[in-house]
Amino acid sequence: MEDISLHILDVVENSVDAGARRIEILLAEDASADLLLLEIKDDGKGMDEETIRLVTDPFFTTKTVRRIGLGLPFLKQAAEECSGGFSISSEKGRGTTVSASFKRSHIDRKPLGDVGATMMVLIAGNPDIDFLFHYRRDDYDYKLDTREIRDELDGVPMNSPEVLKALRKDIDKGLGAEENQMEETHG
Amino acid sequence: MARLTIEDLKRIKEEYKSTLTLREGGSRAKVTVHMGTCGIAAGARKVMEALLDEIKKSEVKDVIVTTSGCAGLCSKEPMATVEIINEAPVKYVQLNEEKIRKIFQEHVLNGKIVEGFALVMGSETAY
Repeated sequence: MEDISLHILDVVENSVDAGARRIEILLAEDASADLLLLEIKDDGKGMDEETIRLVTDPFFTTKTVRRIGLGLPFLKQAAEECSGGFSISSEKGRGTTVSASFKRSHIDRKPLGDVGATMMVLIAGNPDIDFLFHYRRDDYDYKLDTREIRDELDGVPMNSPEVLKALRKDIDKGLGAEENQMEETHG
Repeated sequence: MARLTIEDLKRIKEEYKSTLTLREGGSRAKVTVHMGTCGIAAGARKVMEALLDEIKKSEVKDVIVTTSGCAGLCSKEPMATVEIINEAPVKYVQLNEEKIRKIFQEHVLNGKIVEGFALVMGSETAY
């Protein structure tokens, strides 16, 4: 995976497969602590303890078409390569939370990438799932909850082009995309 | 701190309702982009974005886009499956933005399978 936004897409697809109805994605940058935190929380079917233990093993998968599953091992590797950490907690029938932390200034820390594109693809592909996207950068805070938007839209599907366009614009603004890139280049 | 205002959403709702009659026929085609780890690593998100862009530009209202997981042919990713109503699904392999745009124009809009990008044509068994 080239950047963190692709890891998000990949791990959230697991939540979708687990039958989640609501998926919460937190991305937090903390300059003073030199930390980048990613947390993905779903209300899917969850895992038992044995499965939690096995998911970061590349040779474990729930797929039937192949015997290899690399999504979570890749994210774990990406975090550990830059002095970060990785953890999973899950409860059968309740849901799963995947967390990864990264040392923000580490030379090997992957860039955030196009998080707006990831959210767009997730919402377009899964219009009936509620997504909460929460982005924090020091004191700055941005939240997009598709459940709130869905309520206001009164029957207009989340994947209609007009809605997707408006959401994309909102997320990109919320992420302060330009500002962020400047910071990454210079800082 | 969402910047989308209630007014924005109301406007979208009005726009949508004004074209509702066009949508009543249900969906005519479904395109599934394979979004497993292998697909994503190979560029499936760009393929999906290009597809959403084509749909927006063409203003068609009866095409559904969805995602699925790994189909077991990781080396052929990015892949997408096009299903036109009452026709057999066609799997396309090793896609990029240009290829999916062409598939959308020719297969989804005009019903002509893009043979060059399809996984397999005809029978799977050899007699």
